[in-house]
Amino acid sequence: MAHIRKAEGVIDWLDQRLAVKKLAKVMMTEYWIPKDINFLWAMGVVLVVLLKILIISGIFLLMYYKPDVNLAFDSVNYTIMQEVEYGWLWRHLHGVAASCIFLIIYIHMFTGIYYGSYKQGREMIWLTGMALFGIFSAEAFSGYMLPWGQMSYWAAQVITNLFGGIPFIGSDLVVWIRGDFAVADATLTRFFMLHVLLLPLAIITLVAVHFYALRIPHVNNQEAEELDFEAEAKKFQEGKKRESKVVPFWPVFLSKDFFVVGVFMVLFFYLVFYHYDFAMDPINFEPANSMKTPAHIYPEWYFLWSYEVLRGFFFPVGPIAAMDIGLAAFGFANVIFMIFPFLDRDPKVAPAHRRPRFKIWFWLLLIDMIILTIFGKLPPLGINTYIGFVAAISFILLFVALPFITKKDALGGTK
Amino acid sequence: MAVKKSRRDFLGMAFGGFAAVGGVLTLGAMKQTWDPLPSVQAAGFVTVDLSPLQEGELRTITWRGKPIFLLKKTAEMKKNENRDVVVGNADYSVIIGLCTHLGCIPSWIPSTMQFKCACHGGEFDASGINTFGPPPRPMDIPPFKIDGMTLVLGEEGSEYKKLVAKA
Amino acid sequence: MREFKILGVVIFFTLLVYWGVEPFAHSQMHPHVAPADFTFKDLGTLQKQGDPKTGADTFMNAGCIGCHGVQSQGMPAPMDNASASASFGVTPPDLSSAGAIYAENFLAALIKNPAHALKVEHKFNETRQHPMPAFYGLGDDLDQEIADIVAYLKSIAPKQMNGKEVFVDACQRCHDMKYDKMYTTSDRETLAGYMGINPPDLSMMIRSKGTEYLNIFINNPQKQLAGTSMPRVGLNEVAQEQVISYIEETGDRKKSQREAIGPKIIGFMLIFAVLAYLWKVKIWRELH
Repeated sequence: MAHIRKAEGVIDWLDQRLAVKKLAKVMMTEYWIPKDINFLWAMGVVLVVLLKILIISGIFLLMYYKPDVNLAFDSVNYTIMQEVEYGWLWRHLHGVAASCIFLIIYIHMFTGIYYGSYKQGREMIWLTGMALFGIFSAEAFSGYMLPWGQMSYWAAQVITNLFGGIPFIGSDLVVWIRGDFAVADATLTRFFMLHVLLLPLAIITLVAVHFYALRIPHVNNQEAEELDFEAEAKKFQEGKKRESKVVPFWPVFLSKDFFVVGVFMVLFFYLVFYHYDFAMDPINFEPANSMKTPAHIYPEWYFLWSYEVLRGFFFPVGPIAAMDIGLAAFGFANVIFMIFPFLDRDPKVAPAHRRPRFKIWFWLLLIDMIILTIFGKLPPLGINTYIGFVAAISFILLFVALPFITKKDALGGTK
Repeated sequence: MAVKKSRRDFLGMAFGGFAAVGGVLTLGAMKQTWDPLPSVQAAGFVTVDLSPLQEGELRTITWRGKPIFLLKKTAEMKKNENRDVVVGNADYSVIIGLCTHLGCIPSWIPSTMQFKCACHGGEFDASGINTFGPPPRPMDIPPFKIDGMTLVLGEEGSEYKKLVAKA
Repeated sequence: MREFKILGVVIFFTLLVYWGVEPFAHSQMHPHVAPADFTFKDLGTLQKQGDPKTGADTFMNAGCIGCHGVQSQGMPAPMDNASASASFGVTPPDLSSAGAIYAENFLAALIKNPAHALKVEHKFNETRQHPMPAFYGLGDDLDQEIADIVAYLKSIAPKQMNGKEVFVDACQRCHDMKYDKMYTTSDRETLAGYMGINPPDLSMMIRSKGTEYLNIFINNPQKQLAGTSMPRVGLNEVAQEQVISYIEETGDRKKSQREAIGPKIIGFMLIFAVLAYLWKVKIWRELH
């Protein structure tokens, strides 16, 4: 057992028992981050802040929310929105943060793709990140059901129905997931459990693993320069701060992040108070009605691109029904980002602007996903269906082409 | 020594295997906890009287949380031996009123004698057969039993089995 | 500077997505319709000058009080709510405030041909008559008689009304306002039979539809929802504004608090960002 001395103070007392000084060094003051970064590297901390807002606002919503099909709508829209002091604020924060967190996740993801921060030892960062994306999607979907508005009900109906397309077990699986023949009380209560317990636990665990996965391969930098972190850290500690290519997480890296967070929060609170409809769809302020389909059914904006991949295939090919093709494409869209590091056949880590073909591929992917997103919300009529089809096919072809393009870049050398 | 080691291996594997069996059984129990409750399953039977139905007028009832379309066919509507429910001397369309694409409720357009789905533009004829758009198959027929002029939804009668065999 | 270039790219694509899924998508899903018309141009204007005194007699002789009450004049409704809604589908309105809340040419057109003025001719025809019969006159000039009735209704109408009172007279016969503990005066079952469905509760309408939609919809439901069984309400501009603000007070009662706190928190974050920037500059000064 360690020798325990009389403590000189609270910190020392804790240090003797928990090694808090060592811990602070490992986690904060001697956790080295490259200096050559831009504000996109702050998205991780912005995401942490949004997650905290979601957890805190969620706790207060949980105190008055009632997971019951007869009570849910009024508990949200009357009790929380109109009676509970600041209840409306927690709900607006929760709804807007849920939407914004996806915007930042997408920026974070495309930053990773652009700078090649998913390969050569950084695969686990990418994989845990995509797993987080998947669980956040489930979290968002289950949360959207809780207010029991029209879109809560019909989105749940449509999305759970997707499982019906799985061969053989499909229709039984749908009933099993719902716990009823249609989306009903049993469905609401089990998705409530997922939303407030199981999925948040998984998210928090995965966030820890995601952070840990950064420690061994280290954070990437703007030019993907391979740094000798120990040597650079030594320079910093010796006082050659200008010369060193790294900075400590605290206070240097975080001081920049706090500024980015501050700027982002100005926008965020503007949205919370004055411009929330994009995140809190007005249609969901109509109570759920299983006998009345809304004129337009669409998921939240962050699911639209994969929804459009699903809808894009609207005609059967030979004996295969349109819906099955769409479902297969939808499955493809949801797993393909997961295996991204293994589709990139160029072993070198480099930002897209130094990879001539990949650079074009990157912008094409971004534009294609934006087209899918926009057309995913429009009614599938006339020309819209064809644009959706072309965009969905393009999405798949882009990923089919990825290994060849990156291979070619590797052979051609980087600029 | 060699004997001892293999025994330890055997014991370790037996222990691991035994624990794994327990784990699998627990998963089985969890799966069943998610199953629909007996009361939910039992609530799946509805009796409906067909005699007050007017020709060409759509009636919608609820069965297992789903809308059921009841339509007494008029002379102009095409008969369909594989789908029509014959009660008395009239043909009825008895269909689950959910679009087979993504489960929206199509609306009945009397002027064209069609069901149209507002969600993604699917169309069905008076027998519930998909004629246009993304729906992959005709609207489903709920299990039924004919009892005089009444239908029992949820129970599989001989007429239902005949229709299923034809489809 | 590079960071600004990157920021520009991020902002551009974010705004592009926003434009696509919000303003653009909504313009495609909800085509623009003409604004509310409080002159009710399709019903024409009132040509004759009505006289309230003659109107009072005409009103009594025309048989209005066979169905309608006029509480303010000591004339209670001839039937209680339950039996009235059983006979008509919906309880007939009390006419005490009709002259104050409805546009006068609308009232005149309504008396002459209810289904036409209410824009529910798709629901009613020869075989299914509107519960309020058209007024064919007492033998003199029909338009003059109607103008007199309208003048009479205006003369007995209260000068001041609040939003809730307008709601009671114009909406509550069909609609609930659960969050203000107001419920329809008609029998739910007969009402559902009369309207096709049970008319929706209006508690959260302000959040689900918004002021602009409601303003057009109440003025002429067919414009937003062709084929709906909801009749044109015929409120004049003042009364409609009042009833919409009542709907807002009920469904979004924390709006003023929201709008009061907003600038404070946004201001706080602005100062937070400025201080964070100064701190960051201080820390990074020795690094570059």
